[in-house]
Amino acid sequence: MPQKLDYLIETTSQTAGPYVHIGLAPGAAGFHTFEQELGQVIAPPDVPGERIRVEGLVLDGTGAPVKDVLLEVWQADAQGIYPHPEDPRFAKVAAGFRGWGRVISDFETGLWAFDTIKPGAVPGRAGRVQAPHISLWLVSRGINIGLNTRMYFPEDGAALAADPVLNSVEQPQRRATMIATRSGPGLYRFDIHLQGAAETVFIDI
Amino acid sequence: MKPAEYYQRNRDIHPPAHAPGYKTSVPRSPRLALLTLQQTVSEITGPTFGHADLGSLDNDLTLNFANDGMPVGERIILHGRVLDENARPVPQTLVEIWQANASGRYRHKKDVYLGALDPNFGGCGRTLTDADGYYCFRTIKPGPYPWLNYVNSWRPRHIHVSVFGASFSQRLITQLYFEGDPLIPLCPIVQTIPDADAVQRLIAPMDLNASVPMDCLAYKFNIVLRGRRSTLFENRLEGN
Repeated sequence: MPQKLDYLIETTSQTAGPYVHIGLAPGAAGFHTFEQELGQVIAPPDVPGERIRVEGLVLDGTGAPVKDVLLEVWQADAQGIYPHPEDPRFAKVAAGFRGWGRVISDFETGLWAFDTIKPGAVPGRAGRVQAPHISLWLVSRGINIGLNTRMYFPEDGAALAADPVLNSVEQPQRRATMIATRSGPGLYRFDIHLQGAAETVFIDI
Repeated sequence: MKPAEYYQRNRDIHPPAHAPGYKTSVPRSPRLALLTLQQTVSEITGPTFGHADLGSLDNDLTLNFANDGMPVGERIILHGRVLDENARPVPQTLVEIWQANASGRYRHKKDVYLGALDPNFGGCGRTLTDADGYYCFRTIKPGPYPWLNYVNSWRPRHIHVSVFGASFSQRLITQLYFEGDPLIPLCPIVQTIPDADAVQRLIAPMDLNASVPMDCLAYKFNIVLRGRRSTLFENRLEGN
């Protein structure tokens, strides 16, 4: 017998279930325990950058909106810097920028929305540049392990064409599932399809 | 610390997206392969939290919703450590829990189960791990409850746990179960897990040593998040 590798094993995921709001957004569940709920403000008003609003639906395989989804947002500031000490440019991140937010869908319509600033381009591997993007993680009843995707911006044509992650999607027509549409000034629409012909590209990060 | 990737997630110990015995997963599961991605700064960073984000009673569910007395049910301590796959503690990370009350009822506008709401129990808590990755909650042991997966499906007693870790790629939500609960092997959500050992690792044992005499019993639940590469040799996150 060779020596035994002594790594621990990652804890197994289980669905967040229908009552995820109790833990992560109790105000939406209908009560208040905490003085402040986390993830309500991604970019406070004084953070520099273009103010934007992103809204959308998460749709199941039948085309019905998922009305009990919870999304988490993670993004860089307008300079492309993440508010985390392992970003090499962390010292220059916009003061007060949180970069992280929690978003829940409306119980009646399934519509979700969040307000933030447009992120800047972010360094990629091997000296390449990643087009501005927002990382998303979604959980709900029926989702057994959180799903990761990215949202890119439709106006960034040349940067999108050069983006290493978008280009790694084998079928070119599927890349559009990670690109929002602009529905008004500063307003973006990003529908996420869990299944079907328009299935969103989900990423094994 | 130099930037370094996290180990590839071993999906064999996680439930597949499409697990037909858990009916809701059928229309909500992606059917195409996940996109393989070599991690970048977008994945090895993530939100950070501090004590300013929390209140003093946030980790005591027996007190944080109490109006005119203690909640009903079996008082327990839930404690453990958050470690990574290299067995290193994950300090200062946010751990959030939510659960039903002792009757198996959730304080949620969408829960209509017969079990009574408890005026002194909300059902959510949160805390930060300390420098050793240790966390601790005080709560009530949740009750089992029925749900319409099959006509007579019951959830075992469980507590939902959400953990961040140090990066977006370590983000995890799971559920912990209680040692000795006969409903565990019968539960369609537990049965989504393809690996019998992985199920056992979600079961918290009673921990008599950590109980408080004449006050409450304790259960221990350690949480393991993805490990990351050592930086002994130059990694290629930025180079290549």
